[in-house]
Amino acid sequence: MTAPLLAVRGLGKEFALRDGPFGRVTGTVKAVQDVSFDIRRGEVVGLVGESGSGKTTTGRAILRLTDPTAGSVRFDGIDVTALPRRDLRALRRRMQIVFQDPFDSLNARMTAAETVGEALTIHGLARGRARRDRIADLLARVGLPPAVMDRHPRAFSGGQRQRIGIARALAVEPDFIVADEPVSALDLSIQAQIVNLLIDLKQDLGLTLLFISHDLAVVEHISDRILVMYLGRIVEAAPARRLFAAPRHPYTRALLSAAPGVKTAARRERIILKGEIPSPIDPPSGCVFRTRCPIATPACAARVPPLTGTADGHAVACLQQTSE
Amino acid sequence: MADAPPLLRVRDLRTRFTTDAGTVRAVDGVSLTLRRGETLCVLGESGSGKSVTGFSIMNLIPAPPGEIVGGSVLFAGRDLLALPEAEMQTIRGNDIAMIFQEPLSALNPVYSVGEQIAEAIRRHRGGTRRAARARAVEMLATVGIPEPARRARDYPHELSGGMRQRVMIATARACRPKLLIADEPTTALDVTIQAQILDLIRRLQRDTGLAVLFVTHDVGVAAEIADRIVVMYAGQVVEEAPAEALLADPKMPYTQGLLKSVPTPGEDGRLPMIPGQVPDPLRPPAGCAFAPRCPHADADCGAAPVALEDIGGRLVRCRRWRAIAGAAGREAAA
Repeated sequence: MTAPLLAVRGLGKEFALRDGPFGRVTGTVKAVQDVSFDIRRGEVVGLVGESGSGKTTTGRAILRLTDPTAGSVRFDGIDVTALPRRDLRALRRRMQIVFQDPFDSLNARMTAAETVGEALTIHGLARGRARRDRIADLLARVGLPPAVMDRHPRAFSGGQRQRIGIARALAVEPDFIVADEPVSALDLSIQAQIVNLLIDLKQDLGLTLLFISHDLAVVEHISDRILVMYLGRIVEAAPARRLFAAPRHPYTRALLSAAPGVKTAARRERIILKGEIPSPIDPPSGCVFRTRCPIATPACAARVPPLTGTADGHAVACLQQTSE
Repeated sequence: MADAPPLLRVRDLRTRFTTDAGTVRAVDGVSLTLRRGETLCVLGESGSGKSVTGFSIMNLIPAPPGEIVGGSVLFAGRDLLALPEAEMQTIRGNDIAMIFQEPLSALNPVYSVGEQIAEAIRRHRGGTRRAARARAVEMLATVGIPEPARRARDYPHELSGGMRQRVMIATARACRPKLLIADEPTTALDVTIQAQILDLIRRLQRDTGLAVLFVTHDVGVAAEIADRIVVMYAGQVVEEAPAEALLADPKMPYTQGLLKSVPTPGEDGRLPMIPGQVPDPLRPPAGCAFAPRCPHADADCGAAPVALEDIGGRLVRCRRWRAIAGAAGREAAA
């Protein structure tokens, strides 16, 4: 078995809460706690969770856009977490990110060609005529005609801006892309176009992708494997099909049941969870989901359930599911 | 039952916005009816005119740049568009309540949520301050807010998005309206919280016989809550049918494409998609607005406006729906 392209071990991120005139630390937000997973070359892994699950922070910590406070990230043998800041630029050539909001993430003063070409210049990848040809190629790859090269972001729709964001990420021929809610801000008909583009790019270029989303159904369409996060921790990990066919964590089950879908909408019985996601400043002891869990027992408060896997690659962090 | 006059009858509503770049016909001849106890979903993507329709019914279009230029909104027999603003204010809140995607913008940040609900109760129903406060706490309990007496003293920013939406529903409920206009009320919420709020709206409706006009972009949410669905595209109604019929057998190619592009749990791979994008609202096509993206369009579709056709209990705006349904039937039989 070859080594994974990305190996995340015990990743943690805490933010200090400051208050008062002298910025005294009054608490810590435990955004990500003890997160471990691998991504193989050419694999698309979906990371699913609601607000406060830590999914975005996990993606950013992997790229060192925020510095993790615990654990390690190894990328193709390089310890990303130990890398000095000055070496990050070389790493960014190999690891890219696509953001949720195509309106905020593009510079309004830069044309499509300048946005896509910027990375080529920074990394000294192409100049002059070759640079312009390369930009045209990249735009064609994401379904945009060369005619758009000299237009500014305001001339583009949301879907077109997201295509430019993807072309920008592809410009440096990265080995790995984190896509953070890339379709959440888009209308349904445009969302399908962008998901299909990413599926095509995965097939044509062998992209390795961490696809972060709150929408389980979208994630399943594109992912080989799915990780479900809740309040900073991974609660279930499984091959995409398996997660839908046989979800094991009570949170995953509730999430699947709560997601409104057209073809399953025959007013079925749903699992409606009580209450809201607790504060990550003071997460519940033991299992983080136990305060909303329909099958929790007093034992669930006593210790954090380990993510326990079976041979088929399906892992779940739930005492009730693993003690059966 | 079918003979009972509808609670709300919107006829040929037209709302436009004037900008430096030109005039946008945001709502372009929309007609709707809504009966007591019914939930009608107005389903559409960005720019379809679905939200402007809701605000036009409430006569809440900011002028300028907006203007309601035609049509009527008959509510319990009165044309809301012809009422003086003072009378309209009595109707808003008393007879018609509205909830929004972001409740924070509709709540006053400097009053506790209990005071705000009590104020709404006193404004619309009268009574003492003390009685109104007690009723406000009661209302918070009925919308599933834990420790309602304590929460009543909280300020809006101290509550989560889901709790704020519950407060909005409590305020709406306190005045016993006949009609609730809900504009994307669950769009900003997490899916497990969304399920709670949809459940709450359903229960409220069952208990009080409220009619709900539910504006959403989310096909799944519409499938979840609607009795009937109206699909809007580029300012016009393009299809209307009972929810089950529309979801099982959409007739208009846009509705067909929209339903197909919803990702289905249990499937993977490429999604069926609608190519292209919505027309520029400043330069709407002469004919069917969907024709440039439609896989079934012929040369005539783009030439002249297409009327909304009554095809027996449902409406469709498409010249070719018979041919499309026939071809699909032959394909299924083959």
